[in-house]
Amino acid sequence: MTGNPIYEFALRMGDNCLILGQNVSAWCGHAPVLEEDIALANVALDLIGQTRMWLGFAGEVEGKGRNADDLAFLRDARAFRNCLLVEQPNGDFGQTLMRQFLFDAWHHPMLKALAGSANVRVAEVAEKSVKEAAYHLDRSTGLVIRLGDGSDESHNRMQAALDGLWRYTGELYATDAIDEAVIGRGFSAIEEQYKNYTSKIFDEATLTIPEATFMHKGGKSGLHSEALGAMLADMQILQRSHPGAQW
Amino acid sequence: MATLAINPSIKDIWSWLEDVPDPEIPVVSVVELGIVRDVARNESSIIVTITPTYSGCPATTVIAIDIEQAIRRHGVEDVRIETKLSPAWTTDWITPGACEKLKAYGIAPPEKGAACAGALRAGTTIHCPRCDSGNTECISQFGSTPCKAHYRCKDCLEPFDYFKSF
Ligand SMILES: [Zn+2]
Repeated sequence: MTGNPIYEFALRMGDNCLILGQNVSAWCGHAPVLEEDIALANVALDLIGQTRMWLGFAGEVEGKGRNADDLAFLRDARAFRNCLLVEQPNGDFGQTLMRQFLFDAWHHPMLKALAGSANVRVAEVAEKSVKEAAYHLDRSTGLVIRLGDGSDESHNRMQAALDGLWRYTGELYATDAIDEAVIGRGFSAIEEQYKNYTSKIFDEATLTIPEATFMHKGGKSGLHSEALGAMLADMQILQRSHPGAQW
Repeated sequence: MATLAINPSIKDIWSWLEDVPDPEIPVVSVVELGIVRDVARNESSIIVTITPTYSGCPATTVIAIDIEQAIRRHGVEDVRIETKLSPAWTTDWITPGACEKLKAYGIAPPEKGAACAGALRAGTTIHCPRCDSGNTECISQFGSTPCKAHYRCKDCLEPFDYFKSF
């Protein structure tokens, strides 16, 4: 691990986008309705674009000549710095959507805060990404409300997804020295915004946040769940078996 | 493109770029969309600075190639394309003339300043590019390209693309 907190921080931001973007892109051609298929593909595309900016920046900071592709395709699971939430499997459409909402509700205020960062590159990437994240949040919020406050079937699926995923949200705003080196004390405001926003939307969606959940952590320091390894094997196989292969 | 202008002015170069269409919406140019941020030159090379519309937009690469080719076609060999992220591209940079062209092409132009979370849910009125009716509904916030949302007019019943405020 390099000692530069900016490198680690850029990896965290980039890996979140990469892992979520890759998972979401698996829906392409499989979504329940055409409009959602297009929306999922577009969200995935935005996230992969943001990945390229963050990981490209991380590679420059690291200074060992690794570019965004090298970092995406040639690292092992232990070297990934994404939070546990984004690596949770797609499950059904409800689970995919709930994962997206729980991420977007953090990602948007986080990027907004980072757009004011003293690090110019961090601020630039955040400024570019935050507008995309606003649309992601807009969409996932609307769908969580419609499906939560929808039929019995959709409500139950959304509640089950929330019950299963809420335990991974604590890691989003739990800070350590790396986060603090980049964003200072700004995290406490993000935690507050996150909790206020999600509870307001879940109220509207008639969904209940599970009580007294133990919050899982580890992703940010490279301790991942099983799902990440399987997903990376799929994503990286081409570059691993044919190093340097190009389209 | 008959003349080989090997010593073009900055103004010449801008006018060449005005002929480079957006690869996905060919009725408007990359200049009208506000994608070209700067044109500079030194003794030997021309440097064009562009900004991506959406970070993952596949058209960005194509636009860079198209710009390079357009300048080379005028006989300039050394062209460099640089990318700039900040200030982030906004639909406010799309010229009024281009907004008219978008509308004539069947795409509702962006409403000014509606790009924030909740803007679409809060019900910004989007007008139908065919009949101008404000009686429209959003089918999906994501359309055929990253920059567009999918709408339907409830008066003339036509579906249409809306160029999202961004
Ligand atoms: Zn109409």
